[in-house]
Amino acid sequence: MGVTAIGDSVKRTEDIRFITGKGHYVDDVNRPGQAYAYFLRSPHAHATINKIDTSTALKSPGVVAVFTGDDIAAGKVGGLICGVMIFSKDGSPMKAGAHPALAQGKVRYVGDHVAVVIADTYALAREAGEKIEVDYSELPAVVDLKTASNPGQPAVHDVAPNNSVYNWHLGDKASTDAAFAAAKHVTKIDFVNNRLIPNPMEPRAAVGEYDSGTDTITLYTTSQNPHVARLVLAAFIGLAPENKLRVIAPDVGGGFGSKIFIYAEETVCAWVAKKIDRPVKWTSDRTEAFLSDAHGRDHVTHAELAVDASGKITGMRVHTIANLGAYLSTFASLVPTYLYAALLSGQYAIPSIYCEVDAVYTNTAPVDAYRGAGRPEATFVVERLVEVAAREAGADPAEFRRKNFVTSFPHQTPVIMAYDVGDYNAALDKALTLADYKGVGARKAASAAKGKLRGIGLSAYIEACGLGPSRAIASMGGGVGGWESAEVRVNPTGSVEVMTGSHSHGQGHETTFAQLVSSRLGIPIESITVVHGDTDKVQFGMGTYGSRSGAVGMAAISKALDKIEVKAKKVAGHVLEASEGDIEFKDGKFTVKGTDKSIDFGSVALSAYVAHKFDGQELEPGLKEGAFWDPTNFTFPAGVHICELEIDPETGIVTIERWTAVDDFGKQINPMVVEGQVHGGIAQGVGQALLEGAHYDSDGQLLTASYMDYCMPRADNLPSFKVDSIETLCPSNPLGIKGCGEAGAIASPPAIINALTDALGHEDVAMPATPQVVWRAAQKAVKRAAE
Amino acid sequence: MVHVSMAVNGRAASADVDPRTLLVQFLRENLRLTGTHVGCDTSQCGACVVHVDGHAIKSCTVLAATCDGAQVRTIEGLAANGKLHPMQQAFQDNHGLQCGFCTPGMIMAAIDLVNREGPNLDEPAIRHGLEGNICRCTGYHNIVKAVAQGARDMSASATPKAAE
Repeated sequence: MGVTAIGDSVKRTEDIRFITGKGHYVDDVNRPGQAYAYFLRSPHAHATINKIDTSTALKSPGVVAVFTGDDIAAGKVGGLICGVMIFSKDGSPMKAGAHPALAQGKVRYVGDHVAVVIADTYALAREAGEKIEVDYSELPAVVDLKTASNPGQPAVHDVAPNNSVYNWHLGDKASTDAAFAAAKHVTKIDFVNNRLIPNPMEPRAAVGEYDSGTDTITLYTTSQNPHVARLVLAAFIGLAPENKLRVIAPDVGGGFGSKIFIYAEETVCAWVAKKIDRPVKWTSDRTEAFLSDAHGRDHVTHAELAVDASGKITGMRVHTIANLGAYLSTFASLVPTYLYAALLSGQYAIPSIYCEVDAVYTNTAPVDAYRGAGRPEATFVVERLVEVAAREAGADPAEFRRKNFVTSFPHQTPVIMAYDVGDYNAALDKALTLADYKGVGARKAASAAKGKLRGIGLSAYIEACGLGPSRAIASMGGGVGGWESAEVRVNPTGSVEVMTGSHSHGQGHETTFAQLVSSRLGIPIESITVVHGDTDKVQFGMGTYGSRSGAVGMAAISKALDKIEVKAKKVAGHVLEASEGDIEFKDGKFTVKGTDKSIDFGSVALSAYVAHKFDGQELEPGLKEGAFWDPTNFTFPAGVHICELEIDPETGIVTIERWTAVDDFGKQINPMVVEGQVHGGIAQGVGQALLEGAHYDSDGQLLTASYMDYCMPRADNLPSFKVDSIETLCPSNPLGIKGCGEAGAIASPPAIINALTDALGHEDVAMPATPQVVWRAAQKAVKRAAE
Repeated sequence: MVHVSMAVNGRAASADVDPRTLLVQFLRENLRLTGTHVGCDTSQCGACVVHVDGHAIKSCTVLAATCDGAQVRTIEGLAANGKLHPMQQAFQDNHGLQCGFCTPGMIMAAIDLVNREGPNLDEPAIRHGLEGNICRCTGYHNIVKAVAQGARDMSASATPKAAE
């Protein structure tokens, strides 16, 4: 492949190991003498634990040990934490109930961790687990988020009256109410943003190992952010000091947010490994994943849009109830607040916005960030409101959007965010052309002639990525910074290792990050190795989530490369006997300005390490630089997605006929990889809109706990996508990058529902719009047409 | 314990195993062939697809004991003489994978699809043919392209049939 440039669709170097079966995931890790963990989980949504009798289990064949919440307490294993403090509008801090790694006295959802059995094989551990006798007293369960705060509901946590985690707000209520009082027209919608289960294809897994010689615990874990995991396990849970705890996240098979969090199982495996001085392995089965991976979304929302006589939006009012489940997961509190309400301005100039969020506890699995995390929920509010408002005004939905677009930058919204750059009209124009928006009337008529209903729906989304400026994160209650770190290590022979705090679990960093280094240093991409996911190799990192790795992770690498260039020029100056100010670096070659005296990058690297030519006092040997990049603003990827679909009113089956995406991600390092991210995001959004929904019954039993009950998008549910882009460079990012990982999942649900409701001629269709839901809605449409 | 012996990727493998041992466990735990993955427990996701006597099966739902005497091929046994199988190459060429976890099963299923249906597969045939394999990363767009290319390239080379 040789030297690669930014903007080349370089084939991924990591693919070779994955397509030959040589990937190395956590479940592929096997340590000498390892035992296996089985977690006994609560069969009840809400119950007190009167007694746990482990005596029979302990006598079961192959059993090494059994631990319960009492042992965790005795071992001083701290509770799992939520890292973002949200204050209610009355100023009180959020009500965080205790979250022990193994239940202490009470279980709060089906799948809650009651005990762990360690045995010589997994089968033996599981058999023994079934012999643990737990005496429960069942309690009534709180399942429905709409009524969770009603008087008389059982309390999930004693510290949270009315099951309220917080009652939070953003925006100016008075000016928003005034805008509504003066409005020509008010559009109102009510909807449920359906609960989803992330389902990366690799289930979570952990291997804990203890080295008594060095008193060090090593945890192999399926994590998107191993350093953050180590920090939490060391500083809050108290397993070991950071320098005695190594966390390795090797190849990780997808995350989508669900592997950001620090969970009970990984914590327990690390603790038990030391306790029994033997490696311990746990791999989630799929049903455990459904039960205990943090879920996503789950909002009930009422939203209103105020519009004046000219069709300009003058205000937005939103009230949302957000289900956070039984415990606060690692970043749960941030998702329905700052990651949600701060995006409610969408791509539009809206003078006043007010949003109120009631976050509640229920006896369901914890809910936290899932691809998009708050921004898909916000985009759904905005793009459904705008669509319905356009229809009520008799306006073309595309033109109604255009009339209200932000067109000058920077643009300060009424909900925190300051949009730096964009060209929303350009994306809309390109998308309308590619989708042949003008021709949809003829296609609708052709569908109607076949007895089908055809609709088209737009979604003009915006998201805030590049999480994030540390100062801004602090103001939002976050307990960590938002920077990223990188180290560029040049070897004496001129090859390079890049240590990054980002973590790749499908995003292709090993290729795209190497592309950046190759283009900057003018060396072949084969000479560059990207190292990530091991706290012993990489000093620190915040990890990968929120579409941050391109924007923040690569910016850190770029900053380290700047330093490498400065140092290398000094070395070249010594070797070429010229002043460093006279050295130019281009295409991998250092040249003395105005002469033909030059030296290539490899020779400079060797000279730096041989160090024969320069005095150590003046210039240190070696060529290695590190950098931390802390962004000064969020980045604002935006774009337009258009879905065109056809409904068979006889069966309720929806066929997506065309999908057009025009995104502005700023600078794209590798368009092939970027398009792949968009495809995957759209598929997850189509899943939310048409197929996926987590359902608990009224007792809190999860009814959708396998792939036979939870409908994942499959190849024949989806079309091929038309993906294109425009480019406005992010001014606050040294590479102009905005980020692309979540856009598809953010944009797509409202595009589909807007298309469905366009086809149906009424707004009454809920997500997931399964064939049954669509069939009912289509019958209503047919009946209306007949009347 | 039962004794099982089979040929895996052309090499003899045998062991005494617990009768309930699944083929995927035998491959992953006894032979340490960890390229075959387990993504679910209900034969829904297809991450565990391998070929037994030339046909794709979901190895999480087959007992190792029932494969006694069989010819088994896994993802590790596809590339020959340092050369990728055309379907493997097609997945890289078309960016048909992201996290890589579903990929071994997807490639094994795709080869079986071509073996069964021939190389002239249109998009609906590929999409229908892959409905037993779930990918959460790619949205299938590039997998469909990869399988189309892989099918063409398989027919152009004689290796795939011979490799089985």
